Amino acid sequence: MISDITLGQFFPGRSVLHRTDPRIKLCLTVFYIVLIFTAGNFYALGSVVAFVLLAMACSRVPFKLYLKSLKPILFLVVFTAVLNIFYGAGDPLLQWGFIKITKNGLLNCVFVSVRIITLILVSSILTFTTSPTQLTDAIERLLKPLGKLHVPVHEFAMMMTIALRFVPLLLEETDKIMSAQKARGADMESGGILQRLKALVPILIPLFISAFRRAFDLATAMESRCYHGGEGRTKMKVLKMGKQDALVLCCVTLFFALFLTLTLALPAAR
Amino acid sequence: MAILTTEDLTYQYGIGTPFQKTAVEQVSLSLEEGEFLGVIGHTGSGKSTLVQMLNGLIRPTSGRVLLDGKDIWEEPKKIRSVRFRVGMVFQYPEYQLFEETVLKDIMFGPKNMGLSEEEARGRAVEAAGFAGLKKELLEKSPFELSGGEKRRAAIAGVIAMDPDVLILDEPTAGLDPRGRDVLLSQIMQYHKARKNTVLLVSHSMEDIGRTADRVLVMNGGHKAMLGKTREVFSKGEELKALGLQIPQITAIMHRLKELGCPAEDCVLTVDEALHTLASFLKARTAGAEPAGSEE
Repeated sequence: MISDITLGQFFPGRSVLHRTDPRIKLCLTVFYIVLIFTAGNFYALGSVVAFVLLAMACSRVPFKLYLKSLKPILFLVVFTAVLNIFYGAGDPLLQWGFIKITKNGLLNCVFVSVRIITLILVSSILTFTTSPTQLTDAIERLLKPLGKLHVPVHEFAMMMTIALRFVPLLLEETDKIMSAQKARGADMESGGILQRLKALVPILIPLFISAFRRAFDLATAMESRCYHGGEGRTKMKVLKMGKQDALVLCCVTLFFALFLTLTLALPAAR
Repeated sequence: MAILTTEDLTYQYGIGTPFQKTAVEQVSLSLEEGEFLGVIGHTGSGKSTLVQMLNGLIRPTSGRVLLDGKDIWEEPKKIRSVRFRVGMVFQYPEYQLFEETVLKDIMFGPKNMGLSEEEARGRAVEAAGFAGLKKELLEKSPFELSGGEKRRAAIAGVIAMDPDVLILDEPTAGLDPRGRDVLLSQIMQYHKARKNTVLLVSHSMEDIGRTADRVLVMNGGHKAMLGKTREVFSKGEELKALGLQIPQITAIMHRLKELGCPAEDCVLTVDEALHTLASFLKARTAGAEPAGSEE
């Protein structure tokens, strides 16, 4: 069922990570992603993996959910990994016709797959432990300086909030419409590609119509509550940094420092 | 003979997440051929989940659904044929319309059954008649219709499959009082003409009182009561404890009875009440005045 998609879904809880300031989480996640791609040797890569596992444990989110979030990109991982095996430069370890496998290629394969997997895992940690509203709040606050350059930061954040809010709603709607059409005997599970695409029409048309209807309703509701953009608007929940946030920041910075030493001090794997 | 039977039907949501919830628990019931069953219950009592299991849209976590004595999940690949026999009209069904014309939309179900263009068209026209849809609307786009007409078109889309069991989930929600009455009588007429089994989920006790032979009361995912409409609605106190009410007319007549009017135990419709009251008043005027002075 559609509701099985977990990528980017909030998992309520009270863990350390849930309570950490979303701005810190967001910044650290971005920084961590940069680190993933600078990891040049196995020590660095190992520490990256160790860190993500530790953070997963801290989040108190069931391990199964993380696995589920990996499922949609599994194909991508396997595909790039296999491609990388065959496209390495250097002396071949194995040669069979025009196909050759090199040490370089194997290394690439390992690095690429570990990178993609950790990338997904760390973004899952962020979205599992941070509610969408918190997330957009953090984005709005972090991008605020851009407002000086006449970038419509608030509007952008509001659009994000609404879009995120509508994802589960539209999923639910899709589920409902699918059920209704299935009840009329719509067949979505068999047939060739063309037939399956055709089977989508009875779902997409009602879905579009309902999306527009909801958008108009929402616009009316916002206007009748005197919404007129971000100017002079105050927040009910103002983000504040606390002791715990500082602690998390310190721990992670320490790790990053360790990581940098590992990457710089030890030779690269290739 | 029972056409549809459930055995210890149970459904749980979101197993393994903090949102885990049991929506329906151990519900066993049997639906007799040709009967009209009303289903009532509080919001979130599991009515909708229950009825969606009856036509195989939701697969039960445990328990079985038997159609003509055969488990509908015995061959999961043939579940579509079950859906043709157990038709389901969802809440606010007008949001499922998608075709260019109303007629084509109603024909969607019959065509999925593998009927030819002509047969499907014939069924669609007939179903539109049952649902009270005017002929001139059939060639219009479904999005040009009014809310009530859209609802009828959507209901016709299910009736057109000529199901043995028709499930209607709150078909009158959001309609004006006149629209409700008309739609309900149309459903009754259809039921009488086709002699098929109908299952009506509703929040309106009046609607259920008017139409149903038997009533199923759901509470917190459990089967709270199941019995003849009169039996269920004569247990006003128990229903109140479940956050439900009895039809207004039933309540009024109950009160009148306490005051000394010899009404039946459980009056369900205004017509019935009228008869009872008229004969009571007649008897009283006749009794109060000396014999022979009738006018």
